[in-house]
Amino acid sequence: MAPVSHQGDEEGGRGLTTAPAHPGHQTGDDGSSRDVAIQLCGITKVFPGVRANDCVNLVVRRGEVHCLLGENGAGKSTLMNVLAGIYLPEEGTIRVDGRDCEISCPRDSIDLGIGMVHQHSSLIPNFTVLDNLMLGQGEGIRLSVKKAQGGLARLATMLGVEVDPNVEVAQLSLGQQQQVEIIKALWQGSKVLILDEPTSMLTPKGIEDLEHVLLHLKEEGLAVVFITHKLHEAFAIGDCVSVLRQGRLEGTIDNETMKRSAPAELQSMVVNLMFPGEAESLANVAELRDVSELGRTTRAARIGEPLLELAGVTVPGRHGEIGIEEPFSLVVHASEVVGVAGVDGNGQRPLAEAIAGQRHISAGDIKLAGTSMRRLSIGARQHLGLRYVTDDRLGEGIVGALSVAINMVSKRIGTKPFWIHGRTRPAAISAHARSLVDEYNIMTPTIETSAGSLSGGNIQKVVVARELAFDPKVVVFNKPTYGLDVKTTSAVRARVRELADAGGAGALVISTDLEELLFLCDRVAVLSRGRLMGVVENKPGAEQEIGALMIGGSHSE
Amino acid sequence: MDSEFIAAVITGAILAGMPLLFTALGETISEQAGVLNIGLEGMMLFGAYGGFVVANWSGSSWLGFLAALVAGMAVSLLMVVFCVRMGRDQIVVGIAILLAMEGLTSLLHDVQYGHSYPRLDAVPTVSIPGLSKIPVVGSSLFDQPLIFYVGIALIFVVGWVLYKSNLGLNIRAAGWKPVALDNAGVDVLKIRTIAVLSTGALAGLGGGYLAIVTAGIFVPFMTGGMGFIAIVIAMLGRGRPVWVLIGSLLFGIALSIATALQLVGVQISTDLINMLPFVAVIVALALFARQSYLPAALALPFERGKR
Amino acid sequence: MPEAIHVGTPTWLRWAKGFWRHAAPVVYGLIAGGVLLLILGKNPLSFYWTTLESGLFTWSGLMQTIIRLAPLLLMSAGFIVAFQAGLWNIGGDGQFLMAAAVVGGLGAWMVGAMPFWLALALLCLIGFLVGGAWTIVPSTLKAYYGMNEIITSLMMAYLGINLANYLIKGPFLTDVGFVPQTNVIPFDFLLPYLPGTRIHVGIIIALVVLGIVHYMQTRTGYGLRLRILGANPKAAKHAGINVKRDIMSSFALSGALIGLAAAVEVLGVWGYVRADWNPAFGMTLFAIVFLAGLNVMVVIPFVFFFAVIQIGGHEAARMAGLPNDFLLLLVGLILFFMVLTEWARVKAALSGRHKAGGAGVADEDKAVANGQ
Repeated sequence: MAPVSHQGDEEGGRGLTTAPAHPGHQTGDDGSSRDVAIQLCGITKVFPGVRANDCVNLVVRRGEVHCLLGENGAGKSTLMNVLAGIYLPEEGTIRVDGRDCEISCPRDSIDLGIGMVHQHSSLIPNFTVLDNLMLGQGEGIRLSVKKAQGGLARLATMLGVEVDPNVEVAQLSLGQQQQVEIIKALWQGSKVLILDEPTSMLTPKGIEDLEHVLLHLKEEGLAVVFITHKLHEAFAIGDCVSVLRQGRLEGTIDNETMKRSAPAELQSMVVNLMFPGEAESLANVAELRDVSELGRTTRAARIGEPLLELAGVTVPGRHGEIGIEEPFSLVVHASEVVGVAGVDGNGQRPLAEAIAGQRHISAGDIKLAGTSMRRLSIGARQHLGLRYVTDDRLGEGIVGALSVAINMVSKRIGTKPFWIHGRTRPAAISAHARSLVDEYNIMTPTIETSAGSLSGGNIQKVVVARELAFDPKVVVFNKPTYGLDVKTTSAVRARVRELADAGGAGALVISTDLEELLFLCDRVAVLSRGRLMGVVENKPGAEQEIGALMIGGSHSE
Repeated sequence: MDSEFIAAVITGAILAGMPLLFTALGETISEQAGVLNIGLEGMMLFGAYGGFVVANWSGSSWLGFLAALVAGMAVSLLMVVFCVRMGRDQIVVGIAILLAMEGLTSLLHDVQYGHSYPRLDAVPTVSIPGLSKIPVVGSSLFDQPLIFYVGIALIFVVGWVLYKSNLGLNIRAAGWKPVALDNAGVDVLKIRTIAVLSTGALAGLGGGYLAIVTAGIFVPFMTGGMGFIAIVIAMLGRGRPVWVLIGSLLFGIALSIATALQLVGVQISTDLINMLPFVAVIVALALFARQSYLPAALALPFERGKR
Repeated sequence: MPEAIHVGTPTWLRWAKGFWRHAAPVVYGLIAGGVLLLILGKNPLSFYWTTLESGLFTWSGLMQTIIRLAPLLLMSAGFIVAFQAGLWNIGGDGQFLMAAAVVGGLGAWMVGAMPFWLALALLCLIGFLVGGAWTIVPSTLKAYYGMNEIITSLMMAYLGINLANYLIKGPFLTDVGFVPQTNVIPFDFLLPYLPGTRIHVGIIIALVVLGIVHYMQTRTGYGLRLRILGANPKAAKHAGINVKRDIMSSFALSGALIGLAAAVEVLGVWGYVRADWNPAFGMTLFAIVFLAGLNVMVVIPFVFFFAVIQIGGHEAARMAGLPNDFLLLLVGLILFFMVLTEWARVKAALSGRHKAGGAGVADEDKAVANGQ
């Protein structure tokens, strides 16, 4: 019995878990009838320099949640974007309801009954919910408001949610926005719903609500594809799981196998698929483990004197975003790693920018090693020993057009030894860059290569290398491993720990990833709706406490 | 105040403001869709020239307006091809259009008319019975060529299209978040094409109005910065046609106040007077710059699936 | 195989490719212009020949071209500095004329009041300062309110042109004769000639300044800050660069160089400024500088060629009975061809990336721009 099928198992090399003569009505081993909604056959998508998808086969059935699992960069989103009509594959065919189809633009995909909720919001923040739903519905010239209102009411009931049609999307919580996006995806009577990493935006309660919605949809007979990079999620939500690695389908675990196997067995199956041969060394990686298992790894905890002190800080939000609405006070000591947990968009960016000096605070004070930074410029703060690893690595972390070498010294322009009396010393810059590239294992053809052409993981390494150079005292990390592959993620996390343990510096890690925070931090502050809900010591039970604090602040998730 | 002066001010405001109105309404549509037309002045100029030539040759101002519309649209086609379809930089292409049209219209005028500047007959006006008898404002406001009323009507048409029609919703989405529009299954490039061509048509009409109604002749470079003033009006108008009207009239006053002042016998150097509209623009920008929010995707080319 | 430049490419080939990349749009533009001339019934070959002859192949023509080159190079330096910081200083003509008006207005008096070489140096400085000062409004609006500087600098240009005229017809009006102009600096006190020629030393000043600008761009911390600002303002702020201050300083420097160009032109060629005089180098020169990229080395031959066309083309147009504005059209055409050739090159480098609709080339733009 082969519970997991790999590519090439079946005749013709088209590794489906069972190989019907023609797709269509399908009787699964568990006796229920599950129609095949979508079949992807041999999809290959190539971008310059990378095969994002390599001959991938996938079968999606009605009434089922099919999880597409794989680490960041494995090609999951790309594959679904092919289905959504955003990318044209180089090879392969798509079958919908048994018929070969040509999907060359999003309209084709929508007309075929495929709805997708993308990873990054597809809603227009300053339009109302109704406007967003009416987008692209154009029948006739006039906006059909009544019809849209009716459709919204109908779908909201079906999903078991409540949405006010006339509120501006920017005013909604992220969970509510996602509900609107799901409604939009289902608007034209869709039969297939694709969700790309939907839980990254949600509180634990929000995730629960999403699960209920998915149950409703399954009952209605929809086929759901759920993309994630978190193992435990795939098992919790999925009826079957397909694993992608470096663009290839490593295998599919079908429903029957999932129901039959023990959790540990399933886990090792998946880990073997995701990381063949490396399972041992990755035992500690947070994504692969159940959250409840994570405890605080023992560290030599010699917490030193306070290095970063935020006292009663409030920060205004821009363009409708949530800032730090109530006085926020927190202390980061030497050799300590403090985390800030919360759903994205609850004040994280304003907080980080306020500490770095990129944004003014409206009240309170921020001190570094006893010195008030309130009047200090960004450069002056850096000089004092404050560093900021931004989450926007492409937008502000590096200057993509300039070389890796220049990016390494971009925060020290005009200072020795790289500049003497304002004149550039290229040799000093190159030497410095080379040593950092070696130390951090940055993959780049040369140090003169433009930084923007590196892969995401290497760009992040450049940013981290730059920030951690020249004796940092306190480093603020904002979503430091977001979107990175597992190896780089581990490397970055190791640096954070090293910074505190060996370096004696303090680290503030802002992250939406609870597993990461529990792995790295001594204490975790919880941010919700711009308010500090509490600070939790990282010991057994911390996860529940944090979850409770996160809900306490949100009004209706 | 002297009623002659007020009448002169209003007449001047309309004569100078209507070309601005047409053009600024057009630019509003483009900007809402995310396209910035630095070459707007060029569209106006070519429309002015095309309109003038046809009006002069045919003797009909309506044919002239039609020609102006088509001419402006033809120029905006360049923006469609280079910026919307090929995704090239909107500023550079705009400058190229500006230079090319300035040179072209000057060249064509020279070739066609040499150093003579033929005059057009005054455009027949339509006077609204009753209203046109109101003292002072009556003859200025309600005794105007038909094209004037068309312009006023356009304010409402553009407003309705932008805020009450499917096309308008799509246009605004294309300017704020084209990705969202694309994911909703709408062809973003098609929407932007429609928007830009409408702008060209309206800018051409604006130029046509300038040449046929306001001036009655064509002089090379006659727009003298009006295209840029129209861009400013569109930016300050924030997508609301009524504000565009107000802005156009105010700048129209600034542009035409010289004549009104002369009537009343006020003697100020023409150079200082000529500065007035531009001072007005700077002041307006400085006062309202913070509030002029522009569509987020303005001047950014759209490309599906950009990584 | 993408059209990248490999390490093994011989230098001469690389140089040739680089040259063609810049020269191609000019050639296409000239051909298109030639076609237009044909349509108008003029002979393009004789037109272009006259242009070259009057601008380059005769000694007097060549001298005129070099004389014209001085202010053009200085203005180009101004555009380059602003461009580097991501600023589009389209209103250069306003800065130019304001500086010219002040220099012309004060010129004769200053030359009479002190040793003439001191007066000339001070007048150059005055032009420099006036040009820089005229950028304060657009640069403040940009730095503090993010207001698009194209519109504001252009408005200031229209303003400046009118204000300059007002000054010349007013406070600076000559008290000799009836022509609306400023007082005249006596011929002997203008910028001296290079020995053996009638070319004034302004060209030397221009070349030296251009060299300093190039050094600043490539070898100083300030130049790097401006480059980062122009490449990515968000990253600049993040890196601790004082964005507001650097926007204003680079804009001011740009205007100052343009003001210096005006001073050099007035003090080297004219000695006075007439009302309603506006050589309007700005718009077309801006386009030329853009075409040449930000590279000082490429800008010099380009601007030289542009000067040849200005001087020679003026004569050719006169002989063909065409208005001078034909040049505007020509530059516009060249710009269009540049847009086209850039796009074609980027498309060729794409090598088979499939996109369902959309422009499809935006990312490769950056790759190609980096590769070359």
